[in-house]
Amino acid sequence: MDLSAINPILLLASLMVAATAVMIAALGELIVERAGVLNLGVEGMMITGAIVGFAAAVHSGSPTVGFIAAAAGGAGLSLLFALLTQVALANQVASGLALTLFGLGLSSLIGQSYVGIKPPSTPKLDIPLLSDIPVLGPIVFRHDLMVYIGIALVAVVWAFLKFTRAGLVLRAVGENHDAAHALGYKVVRIRVMAILFGGACAGLGGAYISLIRVPQWTEGMTAGVGWIALALVVFASWKPWRVLLGAYLFGGVTVLQLNLQAAGIAIPVEYLSMSPYLITILVLVIMSADRSAAPASLGRIFHASQ
Amino acid sequence: MLMKKRSFLAGAATALGLMTVTTGAAWAQQEKVKVGFVYLGPIGDGGWTYQHNQGRLALEEALGDKVETVYVENVPEGPDAERVMTEMALNGCDLIIATSFGYMDYTINVAKKFPKVKFEHATGYKLADNVAVYGSRFYEGRAIQGTIAGMVTKSNVIGYIGSYPIPEVIRGINSVFIHARKVNPDVQLKIVWAFTWFDPAKEADAARVLIEQGADVVIQHTDSTAPQAAAAEAGNVYTFGQASDMADFAPMPRVSSIIDNWAPYYIARAQAVLDGTWESANTWDGIASGMVGIGEVSDAVPAEVKTAAMDMKAAIADGSYHPFTGPLKKQDGSDWLAEGEVADDGVLAGMDFYVEGIEGEVPN
Repeated sequence: MDLSAINPILLLASLMVAATAVMIAALGELIVERAGVLNLGVEGMMITGAIVGFAAAVHSGSPTVGFIAAAAGGAGLSLLFALLTQVALANQVASGLALTLFGLGLSSLIGQSYVGIKPPSTPKLDIPLLSDIPVLGPIVFRHDLMVYIGIALVAVVWAFLKFTRAGLVLRAVGENHDAAHALGYKVVRIRVMAILFGGACAGLGGAYISLIRVPQWTEGMTAGVGWIALALVVFASWKPWRVLLGAYLFGGVTVLQLNLQAAGIAIPVEYLSMSPYLITILVLVIMSADRSAAPASLGRIFHASQ
Repeated sequence: MLMKKRSFLAGAATALGLMTVTTGAAWAQQEKVKVGFVYLGPIGDGGWTYQHNQGRLALEEALGDKVETVYVENVPEGPDAERVMTEMALNGCDLIIATSFGYMDYTINVAKKFPKVKFEHATGYKLADNVAVYGSRFYEGRAIQGTIAGMVTKSNVIGYIGSYPIPEVIRGINSVFIHARKVNPDVQLKIVWAFTWFDPAKEADAARVLIEQGADVVIQHTDSTAPQAAAAEAGNVYTFGQASDMADFAPMPRVSSIIDNWAPYYIARAQAVLDGTWESANTWDGIASGMVGIGEVSDAVPAEVKTAAMDMKAAIADGSYHPFTGPLKKQDGSDWLAEGEVADDGVLAGMDFYVEGIEGEVPN
């Protein structure tokens, strides 16, 4: 066992990278679920975002264009879900699962000609003074821009839900869509916008994997991250900061257990390997002991006539 | 949620099977053979499943209209595999090829229910009258990788990304270590178990962790090209293509590769079904028969390294050298092979121990 082989600075830095994709996707889904819609298509939207973003970045040579395209791609796919569930009033669970399947198929179709291509590299932010601070600099100030956008997004979503009128309306729609409708709020319109936001976030998360974390295109490369994002929203009791905490815990323990393995620590590998799931669930379950419940209208179909 | 995804994907896979598997004459033995392939990952993974699919395409090419193939991708190593294979058997497949170790018990189960259907199971060890197993002696290729790795490493740390602690993977680890030590007595092996065959983000993380902890050679036993991308990003790290050539990453980081060439085997076995000569067998071929191919050693390594690698390849191919030749001790210091003794296939097939010098324990 040689713990000195683990560099805590590099560990903390890679924790933030490992957490970002699942965090951004989970934030999007949080807004969707707060509006009372259960979209199980996160995985499909993520992988679509991953390939659309990858393709756009390769053709334009700019990762920024890639991320914008990924958000558009994810939102585009979620529009399909919005049409099915909000206009055609289809079952949300079935539509969401279908969206995942469709996204996986669509992405491998688009991705045929992108296997083995290297994407343009995303520059790391190098703020002159801040990134030179010992210890803190490399951990906090030397990442790609998306890491900070992810954190900013948590703050924005939190403030939006807590302090703005629009956030209150969104929550009202999610808690009781009939009452919100009676008050004159456009339930369907609000939900469609929430779904689009969720799709855009999932797309961004997916592109983060294909453009920064791996970085390359491989079929099926999100490999279940979308489902972890979905679970994270529930365990975080639909609260943005807990999503951040959960994502960092999950990403952190994932990277930490790999580090411990490589350093040869004497804990059986099976336990190390399941530790990210166990620890994240445990912490978030303990935290959610405060009786915070799911949005009351979650997953229920709304029609103005009923 | 993961379980949900898996069962769902398999449900979908079954649906796909239903769609693509048209009802045909049940046992059309002599005139036409219908072959079903069960794949672990997507055919575009660039590694393991990609190579099996190349084998399928070669089979179609070789036997023309005498063969019909169907395949289902992304089949998890669980009860869903049993469903997929049952569907294939019900829909008239004469030969079903299960291409991953974890399908073993499910293959045996389905084979019991369909005694007239022939099954081929990759890298397993359970046989039945209608179940044959086949595998490659990947450890022969690993010996070459170990030689190259031991010679090119400057940090003397070789990183190894393991998938699951099964004999096939452990053989590879031992073979790499033995041959790296042979050319470089200071070499150390750091092993990280990913507990997945295919998860690009996790594979990339594992590669990055190994590189951060000083490895300048990263060897993978997982299926995607993600570790190659991570190594390319880090720079000055050597890798080897796994299952497929992964030539997109040559000359650096990928300096050589193990290429699985399943095509000749699949063609021979499908032909045997056509001829009515198919029999259950345990096939384990290596470099000599071409089932294990060695990708070109790139010019990123010095000429003498390339020569050493090619010499070893030649020696293994003509049978004058076996990668597990004594004297070798087990990790706990007990004797395994005496001077000049060669490991027998039975021990290799069930290998569950490290050789002396490797740190860490084999997970259960």
